[in-house]
Amino acid sequence: MEKAIKKWWPLFVLPTLLAFIIGFIIPFVEGVYLAFCQFTTVRDATFTGLGNFARALSDSTFTHAFWYNCAFVVVSTLTINIGGLAVALILTKAIRGTNAFRTVFFMPNLIGGIVLGYIWQILLNCALALLEQPLLKLDATAGFWGLVILMAWQQIGYMMIIYIAGLQSIPETLLEAAEIDGATPWQSFWKVKLPNLMPSITICLFLTITNSFKLFDQNMALTAGDPAHQSELLAYNIYYTFYGRSGPQWRGIGQAKAVIFCLIVVAISLIQLRATRKKEVQQ
Amino acid sequence: MTKARKGPNRLWSIIMTVVCVLWMYPIFMVLMNSLKVESAISTSTAFQLPTAETFAGLANYENAISTQGFLQSLFYTVVITVTSVFAILVFCSMFAWYITRVNTWVTKVLYLLCAFSMVVPFQMVMFTLASLADTLDLNTPWVLWVVYLGFGAGLAVFMFCGFMRSVPLEIEEAAMIDGCNPVQTYFKIVFPLLRPTMVSVAILEAMWIWNDYLLPTLILDVNKYKTISMLIQLFRGSFGRVEMGPMMACIMLAILPIIVIYLLGQKHIIKGVLSGAVKG
Repeated sequence: MEKAIKKWWPLFVLPTLLAFIIGFIIPFVEGVYLAFCQFTTVRDATFTGLGNFARALSDSTFTHAFWYNCAFVVVSTLTINIGGLAVALILTKAIRGTNAFRTVFFMPNLIGGIVLGYIWQILLNCALALLEQPLLKLDATAGFWGLVILMAWQQIGYMMIIYIAGLQSIPETLLEAAEIDGATPWQSFWKVKLPNLMPSITICLFLTITNSFKLFDQNMALTAGDPAHQSELLAYNIYYTFYGRSGPQWRGIGQAKAVIFCLIVVAISLIQLRATRKKEVQQ
Repeated sequence: MTKARKGPNRLWSIIMTVVCVLWMYPIFMVLMNSLKVESAISTSTAFQLPTAETFAGLANYENAISTQGFLQSLFYTVVITVTSVFAILVFCSMFAWYITRVNTWVTKVLYLLCAFSMVVPFQMVMFTLASLADTLDLNTPWVLWVVYLGFGAGLAVFMFCGFMRSVPLEIEEAAMIDGCNPVQTYFKIVFPLLRPTMVSVAILEAMWIWNDYLLPTLILDVNKYKTISMLIQLFRGSFGRVEMGPMMACIMLAILPIIVIYLLGQKHIIKGVLSGAVKG
């Protein structure tokens, strides 16, 4: 059978492969190469070695974006997962209207990042103005918490869905046995539900971590890095380096930043892969 | 969970109702303000319902549609999303079938490359991809699907492969023995089996492409073609005073189709997202 299929490779493989080469392989390889060059267009590149990386790492907006992004990852991962798990726990109780609640919580997840960013920018700016506080664009702390709120609104519903599926797959008998043994709801949460939820928790943690690292649209729409690059996440910092700065050196530096960024994201994903594999073995 | 205790559960119902109302408030606020006249949209009155004097009816919506070119953007967004999703479903499923059924080092490398491309952030390739798309004349909404097929292949191939490993080979072998060639086997036997996975992949890819901002911005010519996300960004990005009324109307118009589709296909959407998350 394999041989018969093999003959048809141009039909089965070629369309996707060509698009994949155009859409990913060439841009990726070229991108890696250009990180070591000075260029303004793809064709006028001159090789400069590691200079771009050195300058990227000494660019204070980049290092600031890195730490700002790390802080954002920690805070938003915690809020989204605690929120999502809490909602999932409540909605798996036998209460009325569970489906309607689920529908409502999940909905923001479908709205695109740009639209989402502007909805919250309007709402938060109006609220800040009423409280006589500086607006989002003028205060990096407000921008930070604004982004956390926005992402919680968008992602809690998503994580809730995963947690509900996890909770529903816990065998009923386990929970009943705990109840018969006299476990309080609190104990049965910590001792029965939570350990059985570990696979879902791993998935959700990594989803939120990578999402928060790669975040771009929401960051741009909500604050666009203002004030003075103080609320820039890594992805936006790279974008701005490419398209917001003038000077022949910036594109190369931007590409070097992108390579560093890519390495960080790939490293996180590899850790995730190992963590989920380990969990599967245990079960 | 089996014993439903009435008292606390009713309390939870009430609490969740309140939370859900608050959860929808941001959208409600945009809706409310999109119905006001321009002069009435200010920070101090933003949280108030429109009154008889400030109520603008659908004027902002008319403005968004007639002068801001919303319908055109909607059209381009639909074209890009539909063509891309269609291409991804057909080509990536064929690709995935081939690389799961043919076992050579080449197919293994292709699979790994696809998985790798899922992880790489878009910023890594944005500049080179945009200039390559320009050189190849892929910079119109009609052919942008090629770029989406390439950059979106990873997730689709990954999900299709996951499913195909669970399909028993015997069915396909039986078809081949009965005289089907691989093309017939694929389209008559495998393709119909893939339907549930197709729905999931279609939903995930459609959500991404519909809402995508950066890729179309960098590749398309902004003066000629704007997707909905680009249109809304331009409202804010352009210089001068922003017209808040039409902008909010645009936001509402952008959300509306999503909400309608969501309410119609909720079950599939949640299932699709779930299977994407668990496998990805």
